[in-house]
Amino acid sequence: MLKRVLLGVVVGCGLSAAQAEEPKTGGVVNAVIQPEPPGLMLAMVQNGPTQMVSGNIFEGLLRYSPKLEPLPGLAESWTISPDAKVYTFKLKKGVTWHDGKPFTSADVLFSIEMLKQTHARARNNLVMVEKVEAPDDLTVVFTLKEPFGPFIGIFEVGSMPMVPKHLYEGTDYKTNPNNNAPVGTGPFMFKEWQKGSFIRMVKNPNYHEKGKPYLDEVYWQIIPDAAARAVAFETGKVDVLPGGSIENFDVPRVSKLPGACVTGAGWEFFSPLSWMWLNNRNPILANKKVRQAIMYAIDRDFAKDVIWNGLGKVATGPSASTIKFYSDDVPKYPYDPAKAKALLKEAGYKGEKIRMLPLAYGETWQRWGEAVKQNLQDVGMTIETIATDVPGGNQKIMEWDYDIAFTYLYQYGDPALGVSRNYITSAIAKGQLFNNVEGYSNPEVDKLFAEGATAPTDAKRKEAYDKVQKILAEDVPVAWLLELQFPTITKCKVKSLITTGIGVNDGFRDAWLDK
Amino acid sequence: MRQFWRTMLRSPSGIIGLIILVLAIVIAVAGPFYFPNSPWRMVQRPFVPPFTLAKVPLGTDALGRDVLAGLIFGARVSLLVGLVSTLVALVVGVPLGAIAGYFGGRVDDALMRFTEFFQTIPSFALAIVLVAILQPSIYSIVAAIGLVSWPPVARLVRGEVLSLRTREYVQAAVVTGQSNAWIIWREILPNALSPVIVLASLMVATAILLESSLSFLGLGDPNLISWGYMVGAGRTVIRQAWWITVFPGVAILLSVLGLNLIGEGLNDALNPRLSREGR
Repeated sequence: MLKRVLLGVVVGCGLSAAQAEEPKTGGVVNAVIQPEPPGLMLAMVQNGPTQMVSGNIFEGLLRYSPKLEPLPGLAESWTISPDAKVYTFKLKKGVTWHDGKPFTSADVLFSIEMLKQTHARARNNLVMVEKVEAPDDLTVVFTLKEPFGPFIGIFEVGSMPMVPKHLYEGTDYKTNPNNNAPVGTGPFMFKEWQKGSFIRMVKNPNYHEKGKPYLDEVYWQIIPDAAARAVAFETGKVDVLPGGSIENFDVPRVSKLPGACVTGAGWEFFSPLSWMWLNNRNPILANKKVRQAIMYAIDRDFAKDVIWNGLGKVATGPSASTIKFYSDDVPKYPYDPAKAKALLKEAGYKGEKIRMLPLAYGETWQRWGEAVKQNLQDVGMTIETIATDVPGGNQKIMEWDYDIAFTYLYQYGDPALGVSRNYITSAIAKGQLFNNVEGYSNPEVDKLFAEGATAPTDAKRKEAYDKVQKILAEDVPVAWLLELQFPTITKCKVKSLITTGIGVNDGFRDAWLDK
Repeated sequence: MRQFWRTMLRSPSGIIGLIILVLAIVIAVAGPFYFPNSPWRMVQRPFVPPFTLAKVPLGTDALGRDVLAGLIFGARVSLLVGLVSTLVALVVGVPLGAIAGYFGGRVDDALMRFTEFFQTIPSFALAIVLVAILQPSIYSIVAAIGLVSWPPVARLVRGEVLSLRTREYVQAAVVTGQSNAWIIWREILPNALSPVIVLASLMVATAILLESSLSFLGLGDPNLISWGYMVGAGRTVIRQAWWITVFPGVAILLSVLGLNLIGEGLNDALNPRLSREGR
């Protein structure tokens, strides 16, 4: 029932967006930001809320469509050499920083040097780069050591924001006063931040896309309580609830309010995929049959429909369906308790106790843990839930002191950036919360992932990734649950907010208000 | 003994309290035979309102679990925690109070300062800290509640013992050369028992409340369903589904009320000054 209502709303929104309306200029939009970001200097702070606010102040060289195809950003065009080693970007003409200084290739070179020091993920993304050059003011050339397929996917604003050279060069980055009033090239300029209350950004009148942005101002409201955020939306104090602002069970109610539109789009670049770490070091879970039994035993459709209110998608394997080289041609695990029981019997499981660590991220995850526990007990497993808080749970995972543990990770659009790290042998190390926590090791998988990352053509990459997905889905190193969707709820009068694969994070460029 | 029951049963509050308690115990003991399924099992679609489906008379919660089954299994946890943690508190508090009151002097000073140390810390805050440190489980919860609720027992017993040890029969026992342990155990404690029993009945009620509050805050045993957990889990959906919180809430209210009424009845029955027939 709930699902149908939601679906209706989603479809309804899609239709209204499809009817190309003429954008109207002017107006103020209030959005929720949760939690309050620790800072807004995107080159140094990488929290989700920072990315969401600052993605509208800063820009990257490229933007990405919901299908993760590169779109022009600060670079208006780009070429890739036939040997896939030289990437040439032509920058847009006439772009200025918020303080009026022109944006040039020198800023790009400086940003890359700065990010290598301040941005761990950017540093990793750039390891394959041999040199970066700027033959003229509007051209930047990246030369790679060897072909690196995912390279075109690393220019998103959160992954590689452009920083003004004239304000940061030669300063101590950490104490630079501009960190508190960031200057970017984006459609909105930072105006003020009342801590604990709101962040205000105003229209950039000199933005390089003519006529944009349409809105005059955007307020990011800081409201610490989930129920209060829902009420703020109901009373009209805020117009935009980005994904995760309110509890899942409140989503159907709030979506049904008059004038509310909901969409699951805008997370394709991150594609959060949830799974349960299965500690492959545990003698029981080391048995492939037990791991497969767990996959059959979990009712993932129930989790999607009831716990996530119909949003999301049942995962088929290590890749989310929204990222590149996803393959559907893998062994599937529908809900089948009988088969799970049979597999457990074959494996010789005799009811030994298995500890389960839910994710302490609030109601939804707690309920999910309870449901999965019941699923597993129904097929005869003995499960003991370990109650813990977020740091305690993280600690246990980092020390490999768990049997089953819930998690979800971003995939960053490409298997080489977000998937391989969870399964390759070289990513096993104690003391980390991500990467190969489960302790799975398979030389063939290692080889295929390496092939996929450096193969020169997409066809070759696909070949490797197709194979590796099949092997992993058969081996079940971890128990994949759902591709998560964090619904964004807006007042329907806010139009064109989500147009790219990172959604609200760079969405206010195109957003407009229907009066 | 017959005298006791007669007085107890004469006070209407005692009768009502007894009825509620007996009912709760019967449900806790016999209920699971009628509900062989785990209360965690998802049996119906979520958010079934109460009194609409005969199979789930009190409706279902956010995951489609039977609220009635939860109530029945929750009764076991609540009563068990209430009784056992009270027992723990008595085991700690009675000897401490008796020793302090009987020996007096420095022993009394030392023990009472120790007791006051516990009394100055807000008991609920201490219980939260203890459970959080020990990892939430039924054992840590019982231990925590027991540990925070013994100081009143110790003080009460000390007071009683202080007044009893000056009585002639105690002094006679001292003169005849009985050992201290024998005197405390056989002569003093039996006579100090009535107020302790009354206090204990109230402590069970407090313990149930404490356990519910802990579970409400998410510090319950994650493997056992309890009323406090049900209220806590349903709290956030109260606008959509009132029944998930209201029924366990009423269960907590009734059982705590019942125990308080029993306490009152016991007080009437055991207090010689209130006894209607005199002794």
